[in-house]
Parts: sequence; structure tokens; C-alpha cells
Amino acid sequence: MAIREDQNRFKTIIKGKVREDFKKYVTNGELIGRREGEFVKISMPRIDIPTFRYGPKQDEKGVGQGAGGDPDGQPQQGQPGSGQGEAGENPGDHMLEVEVSMEELAEILGEQLELPKILPKGSKNLMAEKNRYSGIAPVGPEGLRKFKQTYKKALSRYISSGTYSPDDPVIIPIRRDYQYRTVKKTQTPHTKAVVIYMMDVSGSMGEEQKEIVRLESFWINTWLKKHYKGLETRFIIHDAAAKEVDEETFFKTSESGGTLISSAYKLCQQIIQKDYPFDEWNVYPFHFSDGDNWSGEDTRICMSLLKEFFLPNVNVFSYGQVESKYGSGQFLKDLQKEFENDQRVTLSQIDNRDKILDSIKDFLGKGK
Amino acid sequence: MANLTLELEAERKKICQIAKDCGLDGFETVFELINYDQISQIASYGGFPVRYPHWKFGMEYEQLSKSYEYGLSKIYEMVINTDPCYAYLMEGNSMMDQKLVMAHVYGHCDFFKNNVWFSKTNRKMMDEMANHATRIRRYIDRHGYDTVERFIDSCLSLENLIDRHSILNGPAKFSQSAPNVERSPHLFKVEKSYMQNYINPPSYVEQEKQKIITSNAQQTKFPSGPVRDVLSFLIHYAPLEDWQQDILTIIRDESYYFAPQGMTKTLNEGWASYWHSHMMTRHILNDSEIIDFADHHSGTTFMQMGGYNPYKVGIELFRDIEERWNKGCFGREWENCDDVREKKNWDKKTGLGRDKIFEIRKIYNDVTFIDEFLTEDFCVKNKMFVYKLNKETNKFEVDTRDFKAIKAQLLFQMTNFGQPIIKIEDANFENRGELLLQHVHEGLDLQPNYMDATMKNLFLLWKRPINMITIMSNEPQLFRYDGKDYTKHSLSAEKQTENNAMGNLAATSTTNTP
Repeated sequence: MAIREDQNRFKTIIKGKVREDFKKYVTNGELIGRREGEFVKISMPRIDIPTFRYGPKQDEKGVGQGAGGDPDGQPQQGQPGSGQGEAGENPGDHMLEVEVSMEELAEILGEQLELPKILPKGSKNLMAEKNRYSGIAPVGPEGLRKFKQTYKKALSRYISSGTYSPDDPVIIPIRRDYQYRTVKKTQTPHTKAVVIYMMDVSGSMGEEQKEIVRLESFWINTWLKKHYKGLETRFIIHDAAAKEVDEETFFKTSESGGTLISSAYKLCQQIIQKDYPFDEWNVYPFHFSDGDNWSGEDTRICMSLLKEFFLPNVNVFSYGQVESKYGSGQFLKDLQKEFENDQRVTLSQIDNRDKILDSIKDFLGKGK
Repeated sequence: MANLTLELEAERKKICQIAKDCGLDGFETVFELINYDQISQIASYGGFPVRYPHWKFGMEYEQLSKSYEYGLSKIYEMVINTDPCYAYLMEGNSMMDQKLVMAHVYGHCDFFKNNVWFSKTNRKMMDEMANHATRIRRYIDRHGYDTVERFIDSCLSLENLIDRHSILNGPAKFSQSAPNVERSPHLFKVEKSYMQNYINPPSYVEQEKQKIITSNAQQTKFPSGPVRDVLSFLIHYAPLEDWQQDILTIIRDESYYFAPQGMTKTLNEGWASYWHSHMMTRHILNDSEIIDFADHHSGTTFMQMGGYNPYKVGIELFRDIEERWNKGCFGREWENCDDVREKKNWDKKTGLGRDKIFEIRKIYNDVTFIDEFLTEDFCVKNKMFVYKLNKETNKFEVDTRDFKAIKAQLLFQMTNFGQPIIKIEDANFENRGELLLQHVHEGLDLQPNYMDATMKNLFLLWKRPINMITIMSNEPQLFRYDGKDYTKHSLSAEKQTENNAMGNLAATSTTNTP
């Protein structure tokens, strides 16, 4: 029915709205909680066609029925006299819930930030063989018979043998006209990628800082997933010591104590060496911290790890520094000094939520 | 055509016969058995299988199908006012539900056929809607999807600006010619420019100019009286292209088609509920279905705290009226009787109840129905009250059980059938060809942001500034949208300072407000 057409049109309009307010969704953590498999559910006000109509109940009166003993109704409307604004922007009226796929979100993100497509490193492409039913064979099970091809074959036999008459276009396929679908091996490039998130959970990282990391890593993941099917993610938290955790713990843990960044880098190195050989994997380490390292000595260890192990091997090493009132932010400066013009390192400073989009652009803008 | 199962078809025949025996006289009714997805689609289209392409139907569908899938709502019954009547049954409903729906539908059918407010509706609306769809698709092919969609959006924004009281009179006729603001004097055609002064001598040109000035001065108001059917007025006078005019006509036709249904909601649902209840309990139900029926029926007629349920109010009123006319509780003798005990046992055995309710379903609409038959006894019996928001506790509380207040409140909600009354006062406002609208303020303000957006849409059609007189926060104000900016100024202050300019307006606004 034609309703599909209208539905698609409506969905396009909705996506346009999501696009318009994209920044709001990026900086609002609500979206992440509403992920269901490959889809994200987004609530938005119902789109209304404006008409001359009465405002929200101004005298809040109505007729009811019953004993009225305990009329415990809360008013459903918001503040009367909502003032100015675009039509249909009255939250609390009727909410629509729309599903947007992660793929589409990634596309919108890419569009908004003008992100370049990621080119996987050439040598790391493995060829994977896949079986697809795209071939044609003269034998096969009846269930796979291709009607169209069979008919064509029969038609051409009729024509070539001169028995076809346009007045009586009856075509009867015989056994040797039959065509069947069959398996054909196709080779597709298979790229494997892993993102390793490291986060400083020392005392100086507050709730807000972690929320920023959470949002940022969500969007980075969304973007990378678009480019690498079957993207793997690993999570490391560290204060003075590092440990690997699952996603949930990663975003919830709050530790206290000092910070030794090198501990995380060392653990990351071990994980990579154990599970992700560089010749097969695209590796993306991300490190978020408030930039407060314990000692200059430890920073030096980090630098040498980066130089000797990470940079030659990973696609890009990303460091995001979240502004916190306790952190000195020294680590970013050290990195800047050390790797000023090195394309293999991206550095980004995230002052507050509103800067998340800029920071994502910093990280992903290079197309690596 | 109908695709009922044998079992359903047998029931349908039975129920159809019972309905006839009860005196219900509807169009022939075709039931279709469809699944939930189809019913959501048809419901999004307002009951019709084909409508013009527009995203609002897609949004409806998205909501209906989702809320069904989540188990939040279920459409039991849908019936279209056409001849023959089409009604839909949903696959997978229990037999009792299907029978209930059929009985209910026969009630609606009878109402559609016999109520006077439906006497002018196009009974071939299904074809008409399909034609509308074809026409609009043709315009889309010619002018592009986005252009047409944007125009439809603007039209839909004005869709409620029709004259519900003229439904029985047919479309308004406009014969007045629009005043030409920038009219140039009539000159004879000149082939050679040096002939200009001979063919159109300066004295003649001067004379023509004078004519325009005097005719503009003599020009009576345009339109001569306030116009309620704004859509029709725009179709006649707005500078629209042919295809735009046609689309506006389509929107107006559909709006008028649906209007009587909005005007008789309580009456129509009450009537259908009365009859499904009557037929089900007396003739149709078997023993095992009683509980399910009671459950379903009470769910339908359940009145939520603070809500208004037309099914409930309608069915109770019909029952009350039937009883009163059966017992003769009407007329002067009844009115003048003050003895409570006597009134309680009143029974003149007049037996006119059935006749009376059939008469009501023929000539009343919701407003006249409530106005005439909502009695004090009825309010007491049904424990009705007016509730109000207590600003201190932020809770709704019973305000009064006074009969007059209840009736006033109900009628107020139904005034102009829930829509604000908007009239065109002047289409040549301040002699600049601007449109002046007047909102007849009945106690409720318009929603400001919607008003602004609607004025913007109106501007797209009229292409000249739009003015709107209304009362906002207890102050009469004139709102203006000139294509770029919104301005407003208070009329109460204006009246004192510029009495001349606005005095005229103030006068009209007072005479029109009852």
C-alpha cells in the first residue's frame, strides 16, 4: 500500500530533524541508553501541522464523572502559556519514538563533521572467501530453479529452431532449458580492527569527565563500526595500576589514588601483542585522561613506549585530555612537545560537553 | 469485496436481520476482514484505502502500528460513511468481539444514513478520495514532490477554517469582485507612441484616475460581511495558480466531509453503543460470552477521571431519554411537578421512548443534543461534576456539582465543536489588500506559537500581510505578520489614542462577541 511511501517520507523528515538537532543528541547521554542492537530509539515531539487552536487548558476545567472522593490526577499539561517558539516544539505533548540505525547515525555524524572515509591499511587486508548464490548451473535442486533464465533459454531455443510463433507464444521449457542458482565463491577483502580505550580513573577524574569520555567513545565507536564490520573493543582503566575491564565497568568505575599512565600503555601493549598481531589488525588505541601524570619519569616511559612500540604499528594513537579542575594538564603539553608534527598521533583537548563534536573531528578527521 | 469466513458471514446475516428488526435502517454494509497491519494503514488514512500522498499519514501509521505492536492499543472497529458502508473487522479478534463490532457498526450505518447533518455528504467519498490522490500525484509529477508537499502543508494548516454551520446550505457563493489596490487607469491601446496624446488625451487619463479614486472611496467593505468559510474565500480570491487552487479545493472538500462526524461524535457513538448493547444482550450473546462482553463494553464506556467519553455520555443520555419518554417524564405537567415522591414513581405509560430516540438521531447534533437533554436529574444520577485545577496543590479537584455549571462547561467545550471561531473581517484591510482575521474570543486564548506559524502559512497563500485580532492575556491585540516579521500592538490602548483609525475595528469586535 501507498502508506509505505508516506511512512518513508515521514522517516526522512524525522532524520532531517535529527540532523538539525544533532549536536543536542551528541552531547546528551540519553541516546546511548536507548540502544537496541543496531538501532537507537530517539524521542522527539510529534510533528504538528500548526492550526489556529486553543492554547493549553487555561482554566484547567472539565467535566468528570464519579464519586470524586480522591481525585488524584496530576495535571498533564506543562506550564500554561508556553510563549514563543517554533510550532510543534512543546515537549510533553505527544512524543514520537523513532528508530534510527547506527549506520544512519554514523552517516549523519560523518556529514556533520565532514569526516573523511577511513582507508584501512592496505597490507592488512585479508581476503575472505564467501559463498554466494550468484552462479548459474544446468543442474540443481528444484527449489533453486531460476524461472526467468529458464524461460529465456527456452525462448531462445524456440526462436533458433524456428518454432516460435508470435500469434501463439506458448513456451514450454524442456529439461535442458532448466537453469539453477548455484554457489559461487567470491573473495571479499576482510578488514579487522580493534579499538582499545584507556581511561584514567584516578581521583581527579570526576563524573562529568567520565560522562564526556563515555559520549565521545560512543560516537567514535559508531563511526569506526561503519568502516569495520565486526569491530572489537577492549577497555582498560588505570590509576597507578592498570587493569582490563568490560564496557560497563569501564564507564562506572571510580577509583582514587595516583596516576601512572605508563601502566595502561604497558597493559595495552600486552593485549596487542597477545591478541592483535599488527599484520592482520587495524589497531586504534584511545587514551583519555585529565593529563595529570604522577612523575616526569613515568611520562618518559610513556614517550618511549609510544615511540618504540605504538607509533610504528598502530593506525593512529589518539589522546584526549578532558578538562578537570584538579588536573594540571601537563601530559598533553608533553605529548605536544614530543610529537608535534607526527601524523600518527592525534591530540585533542575537551573542555566541556559542547566541545565533544570538535574533539571527535580532531580524532577522526584524518581518515586513518 | 467482503471476505468474511463462513462463520462470520453467518453471524453477519443474523445481526443484520436483528438490526433491521430493531428498526435500524442503514446502507448496505460491506465487512472486510483484514489483519492488524492493514487496519493500521487504513486507520492512518482516516478509514479510506487510498489517500493523497502526505507524510502525516505516514506519521499516523508509525504511531498506530507501533502502539499496536507494543500492546498499548487496538483498533476494534472502523466504519466509513459511504454508500455502501464499508466496515473493517480485525483478524484474530474473538468471535464475541467481532459480533460486538458488527452490531456497533450497524448502529453507525443507520446514523450515517439518517442523521440530517450527513444528508449532504458525498456518499461516494471513497472514489472521490482516490480521485483526489490521482490529481495530487499528477501535480507532484509536474511540479515536484517538495513544492507540492510544502503547499499541502500550508493548506492543512488552515483545514479547520471552515463554516460548520453551512454544511446544510452547500458551499458559500462569492460574487463580489476583489478591490484592486494597484489598479491603473483604463487606457486605450496605442500602436504608435506618437498617437498616445490623441487616443488617450491627458484630460481622459485624469478623468479615469478620478474614477478609480471615487470608486475606491465608494467601495463597500470587502468582503461585505464576515466570512467563516475561510478556505472557500481563499479559493476564490487568493492569488493562486490553478494547481494550488485545486489542491486547496481538495483539502476543503475533505475537511467538509469529515466535519459532520466531528459534530455528532457523542450522538453517533452513543447511538451505536446503545444499539450494540441492546442487540448483544437481547439477541446475540450466548451464555459463555457474557463476561467478555461486559468486560469489553465497560472498557468502551469507561469514563476516565478528567476525561470526556462520548460513548458513555451518549449511551446514558439515550437510555435516560428512552426511559423518560416511556414513562412520560416530559412536558409541562412533569416540569411543574414539585413532589419528589410523585416524580420518582411517575409512569404515565406513554411508551414513546423508542420513537423519541429515533427522532433524536435524525435531527440533532452534539450541541443541541446536550443542550436539550442533559437534565439535572441526569447529572445527579450519573454523579457528574466540574473539576478544576487547584493551583496550590497542583491537583485536579471537584469544583462544583451544580447542574448549570456542568452544562455550561460541556456546551463550552463543544462550542464550534472544539475549534476556535475565526472569521475574515476584511480582505482589503487599511486599503492595502491585507487580510484581517478576527478570532471570536469565547474565553480561551489561542496558542501563540501555533497562531504565528499558521499566519505564516496563510501568508504563503494570500501573499499579502496577515492581521489577526484576538484577545491574549485579557487584552485585545492585533497581531500582524508581513512575510518577515511578527508585530503586535494592543487595541485597548489604541482605542484611546487613535480613535478614528481603530474605532471601526473595535466596534465590529464588540458587536460580534455575544
